Amino acid sequence: MTTGEPLIVLDAVNKYFGPLHVLDDVSLSVGRGEVVVVIGPSGSGKSTLCRAINRLEPINSGTITFDGQPLPAEGKDLARLRSEVGMVFQSFNLFAHKTILENVTLGPIKVRKEKPAAARERGLALLDRVGIANQADKFPAQLSGGQQQRAAIARALAMQPKAMLFDEPTSALDPEMVGEVLDVMTSLAREGMTMVVVTHEMGFARHAANRVIFMADGQLVEDAPPAEFFANPRSERARDFLSKILTH
Amino acid sequence: MGVLIDKFDVFAGGFWLTLQICVLAAIGALILGAIVAVLRISPVPPLRAVGTGYVNVFRNMPLTVVMFFAAFGLPALGSNADFLRIPVIDSLFTRLGTDLPYFRFALIALVLYTAAFVCEALRSGVNAVPAGQAEAARSLGLTFGQNLRYVVLPQSWKASIVPLGSVIIAMIKNSALAGFFGVVGDLSATADQLTGAEGYAFIPVAIGISIGYLIMTVPLGALLDRIEKRQAVAR
Ligand SMILES: Nc1ncnc2c1ncn2[C@@H]1O[C@H](COP(=O)(O)OP(=O)(O)OP(=O)(O)O)[C@@H](O)[C@H]1O
Ligand SMILES: [Mg+2]
Repeated sequence: MTTGEPLIVLDAVNKYFGPLHVLDDVSLSVGRGEVVVVIGPSGSGKSTLCRAINRLEPINSGTITFDGQPLPAEGKDLARLRSEVGMVFQSFNLFAHKTILENVTLGPIKVRKEKPAAARERGLALLDRVGIANQADKFPAQLSGGQQQRAAIARALAMQPKAMLFDEPTSALDPEMVGEVLDVMTSLAREGMTMVVVTHEMGFARHAANRVIFMADGQLVEDAPPAEFFANPRSERARDFLSKILTH
Repeated sequence: MGVLIDKFDVFAGGFWLTLQICVLAAIGALILGAIVAVLRISPVPPLRAVGTGYVNVFRNMPLTVVMFFAAFGLPALGSNADFLRIPVIDSLFTRLGTDLPYFRFALIALVLYTAAFVCEALRSGVNAVPAGQAEAARSLGLTFGQNLRYVVLPQSWKASIVPLGSVIIAMIKNSALAGFFGVVGDLSATADQLTGAEGYAFIPVAIGISIGYLIMTVPLGALLDRIEKRQAVAR
């Protein structure tokens, strides 16, 4: 599955929020086409790790490289990098004043300077792909959570990103809507999209991930294929965490 | 109360001049305030510092002192604020173009002072937009300017409009200071002229002046109330 040099490389990354050491010497590399699931207790730094990769969260030391280039500090270069990394948020964050289709075409038209007609056509195809083509002209508030999150995935895909970051994409959803979002993510994974996914959905981790990463207190504690990780967690903290989430 | 009728032209003239100051100052303060607001929320720390410094200075200094600086500091620096003699506009607002600079000085002071409050009103609107909106825009690769233009401002102006209106009402009232810094013939200077030089009784004159200001501020306040009610219903 992994070919050539890795797409995302974190090397000795440290991040502090005031006195709080949120990322503690984290090193990680994600190959092209690889799907990495990040799990760990609340406050362990999973979101921060995810957000550091497109520099929504700047880091204090260490390096992050994307597609062979160190992350730019600010300005146009950073904007270009971000346009190549799709991000899906727990709370969807669809643009509330724009229709679903406008949400999906804003990036392609303004950032990629695509022709509006072409962007609309591709946007509609993407909405169709995530199963909400019939919602294109509605506003985000008129959609269910599951539909909104699928729209948010389509919005990120419209930029034709090299990688996708998901920060607990199903945590804000009613249980009956989790499946429809995971289905879209699973099919993306099958098609070879490079993905970093923070999630508590262990089913997704088992079936779609190449690797599971377990974080605790800002440290990357374990990094193993899902079968191995779930059958045989090496650290006490991972065993403890798994017993808590798997026993009920 | 005869003064209100006898000297109606004086009141009307004062009203007209005050209205001119207020219209010009409102336009200036909205433009400058918007610029300062963009500086204050910019991702570039030095620009942010400039914006924050500006607000801290002008929001915390008494307007009288700002007027003082404008009316006495600028001449000391050798400026008559002639850059405000803008062609075409100065034929509409004739005081902009006169050789006596005090109208221009008062205008500068009022704009500088009010812009700080305009900035904060705009910023409160921006802060009312959930942070996730701007974050999603950034994650798509929109630049700071695109983010403001396409995502944040279209959602923030509604939350800014009522506080902005209050700022403008305060500015209209503050414009009364201009008469004490050499602007001859605005609404507040009218009081001085009628009670001092012409010996009219104070209370009727004061009532006339008050009516002049209320004509400007009350409709604006009523308009804001309506906008606020409409927004409450929409929510
Ligand atoms: N902007 C911030 N300012 C200060 N502290 C923060 C900030 N964001 C996160 N933190 C703190 O950093 C730590 C790690 O946060 P992070 O959101 O990365 O954890 P997480 O693993 O994603 O947790 P959760 O499962 O609850 O989402 C937490 O203790 C959190 O309180
Ligand atoms: Mg989190």
